[in-house]
Amino acid sequence: MGVILDSVSFAIDGQAILSTVSARIPDGAVVGLLGPNGAGKSTLLRLIAGIEAPDAGTIRVGDSDVAALPRRDAARLIALLEQNASPGVDLSVEQVVLLGRIPHRTGVLGSFGGPDDQRVAAEALASVGAESLADRAWHTLSGGQQQRVQIARALAQQPALLLLDEPTNHLDVSAQLSLMSLVRHQVGPAGLTAIAALHDLNLAAAYCDHVLLLNAGRLVAAGPPREVLQPSTISDVYGVEADVIPHPRDGHPVIVFSEPAAYFPSPFPARAAKSSLRPPDTDSMTARASRTEDET
Amino acid sequence: MRQRRNARRAGYAGWLAGAIGGLLVACAVAVTIGPADVSLAEVVASITTHLGLPGGEVDVLTDSIVWQLRLPRVLTAAAVGAGLALSGAVMQSITRNPLADPYLLGLSSGASLGAVCVVILGLSFALPAAAFLGALAALFATLSIARVGGAITPARAVLSGLAIAQLAAAGTSFIIFWSAKGDSYREILNWLLGSVAGATWTSVAVSASALLLVGTFIVLAATRLDAFAFGDTAAASLGVNVNATRWALLGGVALLTGAMVSVSGAIGFVGLILPHLVRGLVGPGHRRLLPLVAVMGAIFLVTADTVARTLFDPRELPVGIITAFIGVPVFILLIKRMRGSAWA
Repeated sequence: MGVILDSVSFAIDGQAILSTVSARIPDGAVVGLLGPNGAGKSTLLRLIAGIEAPDAGTIRVGDSDVAALPRRDAARLIALLEQNASPGVDLSVEQVVLLGRIPHRTGVLGSFGGPDDQRVAAEALASVGAESLADRAWHTLSGGQQQRVQIARALAQQPALLLLDEPTNHLDVSAQLSLMSLVRHQVGPAGLTAIAALHDLNLAAAYCDHVLLLNAGRLVAAGPPREVLQPSTISDVYGVEADVIPHPRDGHPVIVFSEPAAYFPSPFPARAAKSSLRPPDTDSMTARASRTEDET
Repeated sequence: MRQRRNARRAGYAGWLAGAIGGLLVACAVAVTIGPADVSLAEVVASITTHLGLPGGEVDVLTDSIVWQLRLPRVLTAAAVGAGLALSGAVMQSITRNPLADPYLLGLSSGASLGAVCVVILGLSFALPAAAFLGALAALFATLSIARVGGAITPARAVLSGLAIAQLAAAGTSFIIFWSAKGDSYREILNWLLGSVAGATWTSVAVSASALLLVGTFIVLAATRLDAFAFGDTAAASLGVNVNATRWALLGGVALLTGAMVSVSGAIGFVGLILPHLVRGLVGPGHRRLLPLVAVMGAIFLVTADTVARTLFDPRELPVGIITAFIGVPVFILLIKRMRGSAWA
């Protein structure tokens, strides 16, 4: 489902986290939400999920104004994968995936579980290739497996919009690629749209159809990664030098970074500064030692 | 998957049926135990007579021991045990704190203070309401102190609970010393350590109706409690109104704890131990957990109270001493199992 952000602003304790962010997110796309730490990525995801309401502006998911949706209706439309989520109790993988069915339970009797719950949960687990993990305890899984199971939980919600907050954090290279590829494969056919906050610009360039680049709460650029991820833009937002080269195998943009000139302090003043930092009492002790030597 | 699920469902039904059977047996046996010998047949005869059912004859003295003394006490212990265990289970889930318990977080002591305040004013009819307000105030104070300077971690919550519990206990002792004549030590002990020695049919009515009312409400919220497994944001993204649910359930816990404390004083550790024990048996899903926690809590406190009144017969221990002897080692085990982030 497509998302329309219309001059969305949000502040915490008077400090602006997001300022008049407007963007149109195409239906059925994998969208990367990029920006330095503190740019407002996680906050924007929380607002799109409807967990918090913007101070000004509106967010529409499909035809609905998210802030006006009842919580349960929002949860049937939008699934959110948090960063570093871990349960407070020992849950099995199957139990974690079944959590995704909660928004579909209604009324007093419905709270005892619908007939479809088991089937939908099993299908969700199968679609992320984790059916063999069903009986495992959550805390025995690797980071990559946990994220896969979280995606299965989110799919069990049968959402139209999947939000992922830095889903590849702390994962090894292979797990990062397979997770992004999994998201890529879930999106599109069933009308699912995914928005992922990402730190790795190369993952975004490789897997996203569309990226939003945030800096200090403002939208700096939006569009296909090839257009947004220009060396000058990266330099402006992240303060690092970048070159964009084509991937040797399929030609998608690859960004290589260099430290900006400002990161290289001249070695000579640095060394001079170091020598002046020698503790003064060492000097006086050496002096005293030499004096006593003289006296003897 | 389905076969496994059916097997598990049968397993759970077995646990619950077994526990309910166990509770009936524990209650019946507990009524027969005491200074005067009463047989199981006499217990049954007395109960059936009072319920107007056909049954055996029983002599007046035995009947009054069973009906006036032991049965109200055993039933009160059962209701209080169930209520405290349920309270602990809800608090642990909703605060994601394995050490949460109405006693450790100060609710029980707050309820005792509220109860004692109205007792000395001679307003005993307001006892449950005052205990509820005391529990609510203590809960609010504990969470407020725990929130000073950062997020509420389990360790902060327990430390704040300790401070509030100490303050409320000091207040309770002070009021009793200041007002009471004669045997005030015993009265202080009963409020602070907990005892069901003074239980009457009124105690049964108060504790059982609170259990039925709040317990039903809590069991119906089982699915929403499940949603809190990954924290507040996750619960919200699963469609739960986090703040409304949290305050409704914590208010329910305060009501339940208040009602229980108003008839038994502050009995510790029931709410801490039982949820962990039962999670070990049937897993953390609340639809299974909550009913079994209530029944097991009832069995636990009926048994503990029977031990408390017979171990040093004819002298009686406050039952809170027994629950503490069992609960503190469990507390230490839990701390040993908690690592890293939970304490940060």
